[in-house]
Amino acid sequence: MSDPVDIFRTEAEEHLSALESALLELEQRPEDPELIALAFRAMHTIKGGGGMFGFTELSAFTHHLETALDKVRNGLFPVTQELISILLDAKDHVTGLLEDPVLDQTQILIGRGLLERLHALIPDEQITEAKQTTAAQSPAIAPPGEEGDRVYRIHIRPSAGAFRDGFDIFPILKELQGMGTCYVTTDTGGVPLPAELDPESCMLSWDLVLVTSQGAEAIRDTFIFVADEWRIDIDPIDIDDDQCDRIGEILVERGLIARSQIESLLAENPRVGEVLQQAGLVTESDVDAALREQRAIRDTRERGARGEQESLVRVPAARLDSLMNLVGELVIVQARMQQLAQSRDDEAMSAIAEDLDRLTTELRDNTFSIRMLPIGTTFGRFRRLVRDLSRDLGKEIRLETEGAETELDKMVIDRLGDPLVHLIRNSIDHGIEPPEQREAAGKPPVGTIHLAAEHAESHVVIRIRDDGAGLNTGAIRAKAVERGLIARDQTLTEEEIQGLIFEAGFSTADRVSDVSGRGVGMDVVKRSIQDLGGQVGIRSEPGRGTTLTITLPMTLAIIEGLMVAVSEERYVLPLSCVEECIEVERGSEGKRNGQRLARVRGDLVPYLSLREWFAVPGAAPGIEQIVVTRLGEQRFGFSVDQVVGQYQTVVKRLGKLYEGTAGLAGATILGDGGVAMILDAGALAESLEDEVRTRGRRQTGRPPTWTE
Amino acid sequence: MASEAQPAHGLDQGSLQILTFMLDGEIYGTDIAQIQEVLEYRRVTPVPRTPDFMLGVINLRGNVVPVVDLRRQFEMQLTEPTVDTCIVIVDVMLDGEMTALGILADAVKEVIELGADMIKPPPRIGSRIDTRFISGMGKQDEEFIVILNLARVFSKEELGDLVDSARETRLPAQEAGQNPADGD
Repeated sequence: MSDPVDIFRTEAEEHLSALESALLELEQRPEDPELIALAFRAMHTIKGGGGMFGFTELSAFTHHLETALDKVRNGLFPVTQELISILLDAKDHVTGLLEDPVLDQTQILIGRGLLERLHALIPDEQITEAKQTTAAQSPAIAPPGEEGDRVYRIHIRPSAGAFRDGFDIFPILKELQGMGTCYVTTDTGGVPLPAELDPESCMLSWDLVLVTSQGAEAIRDTFIFVADEWRIDIDPIDIDDDQCDRIGEILVERGLIARSQIESLLAENPRVGEVLQQAGLVTESDVDAALREQRAIRDTRERGARGEQESLVRVPAARLDSLMNLVGELVIVQARMQQLAQSRDDEAMSAIAEDLDRLTTELRDNTFSIRMLPIGTTFGRFRRLVRDLSRDLGKEIRLETEGAETELDKMVIDRLGDPLVHLIRNSIDHGIEPPEQREAAGKPPVGTIHLAAEHAESHVVIRIRDDGAGLNTGAIRAKAVERGLIARDQTLTEEEIQGLIFEAGFSTADRVSDVSGRGVGMDVVKRSIQDLGGQVGIRSEPGRGTTLTITLPMTLAIIEGLMVAVSEERYVLPLSCVEECIEVERGSEGKRNGQRLARVRGDLVPYLSLREWFAVPGAAPGIEQIVVTRLGEQRFGFSVDQVVGQYQTVVKRLGKLYEGTAGLAGATILGDGGVAMILDAGALAESLEDEVRTRGRRQTGRPPTWTE
Repeated sequence: MASEAQPAHGLDQGSLQILTFMLDGEIYGTDIAQIQEVLEYRRVTPVPRTPDFMLGVINLRGNVVPVVDLRRQFEMQLTEPTVDTCIVIVDVMLDGEMTALGILADAVKEVIELGADMIKPPPRIGSRIDTRFISGMGKQDEEFIVILNLARVFSKEELGDLVDSARETRLPAQEAGQNPADGD
């Protein structure tokens, strides 16, 4: 992320998504001045950055949007649906412009078309008046008012490579000038003799005094794209401070001379404090206290400025990943240490192992928290999706969100976006009915999609609930029979029928629309959620709506696992899905339709023998353990030789060669240097179910059912 | 990336450095540019329900690295691991991703340099393995060395075919294996 143009793009994208969510909110609350201001700020910043990085078209285009938004902000024009639509389209256009500063003809035409639509709504008198107003550069920023004016001292020292990186200082200076009265001094002190001058390097720095009604934040925004590279000092000057106009003070504050120099110069002339002290008006301690107070004021001021600047650090994701890897390895080393300490009767060593354990856990938790992002960052995307799609389909749909602050690992969030989009699309396309139909059914014409996220133990639960027509179980059944997924006379519960929509190649939509229903729907969604170590379930009531529940682990990097052993092999099951472990004597288990069943406190639970399924060599012991897991509504067991115990598992990818191996969620490195497979309980249960079903159908023509 | 194109390139230039190793009594070689290191044989953790030639994975300094058995892939005679058995770690392109991969070798011989005149194009007929996998034949001390084109051996098409055929043959086998187990 060192390329400044990349930084600009990233930040501009963030501003664009802020703009988008502000616009969508505005649709609900058109009068909210804060939202208008937010949209305006976003446009303004993108425009400024675009100018600096040679995105001329982008800058020119956003200038028009900014102008229009300014007028809306000043109450000259109302916020209308039409305006929001244009601005959303414009936002998309800007996204395209960001990709490449050089435009093709289509983009120019699209841009022109958008501006025409915009100016039809909000006339742009600046096209005619442009020459009269010199301040037109930033129409947005209010002219300096007399009241509330503040004075800032700004020092700009661009990095030496600034020119080479394609930065230009003038747009910044212009923008600052637009904010108020600005006095600029160029400091050429850093320029060397002509012989040593590297004409491509930037040796200049600038001192500005800016009188403006804007806050320090607005000034800092001007530098948003260079803040990492350049040295930017923005200090408010307290004009109420009597001292601040003393030349000595100003020189010191500007860092031109050291206070000690002044002090030694002034040494012959005793200072105010000393004069007063000598006159017996104040004591020495009074002066000391006053000096301390002075220092405190300054320090606070300095800290304030620095604190604001350093509150956020941008870090490339790759660095976080390598940190995570290191922590992972540390966890493994720690596990080895612990094993060793337990096997030896050495108190000192045990104490060290305990300390290491504590530190590792803390380090792990801290590293995790760095990677955590609120899921709300993806919600903005869905708002737009709901709005655009419902319009296309002639439906009226409101999206409600809840728990946007719920945090998830960045990697999970990144990979969760697509499945969620798919599910929401499905709700819009197949779930919510058109307004007439809804009214006929006695429901409000506006449909609701409720998107909620919450923490539940070590999991995050995401629910997508719509108040649409619900699933048509009859149609699903018919389709499943037609596709050969179930037998014609098979008895299934409502729930099981609903679950069929997650089968591969299943789609009940009568027609294939642009929106969804190309038959690559829910099975892909289910797969991607399982890849994230999660599960998805569906509950639907005819006429009342459908709820999809997604359960996800908070992180993919390290999980709490339960280690089990079969002969020499060891496997790890995610502890989060384990309910209990029971012992079974061989021969005591029951069977139905070729499916093994174990009796767990009166209930029959289907289970899979890992030894058999994985074809592990060796004979099974007389007493086997069954690990009972809960997969959504079902319980499912795994029989193993031995339950080894809880294990903090660092998840490693199995790599390209083994990608897509059913039933495995990855591998982990054990304390002794060996490797153990991490099992995907849901996928294993499913493959067994599939096989039993195919076999059952082949043998008896009647697939088995299992009950709890 | 670079190492994928290397074997072909190497042959065009003056000479080629290859690591030679034994597979079922014959000498094979591969460009050293794509070789990371050679490990002593160690236990390979099997990955269940995957094709036979994919032996499993090993822990290579904290990374999980898959190991393949070329002998199974080339349908050669199999022998139990001995003290000479090695795992040669190579970097290959798998489906557009540079991946470290272990190759099981009966024994690793040496690194030799072959001049351009010592390398002949792959034979049309008469070789034990598919000529597509051979980038050239080297000769040293009257012995032939089959120089492997690993990029081709591990290309998506080849692996895909193997994985598919393994899946097809596995299903009935699994079932058959399950029934006797049910009986006792």
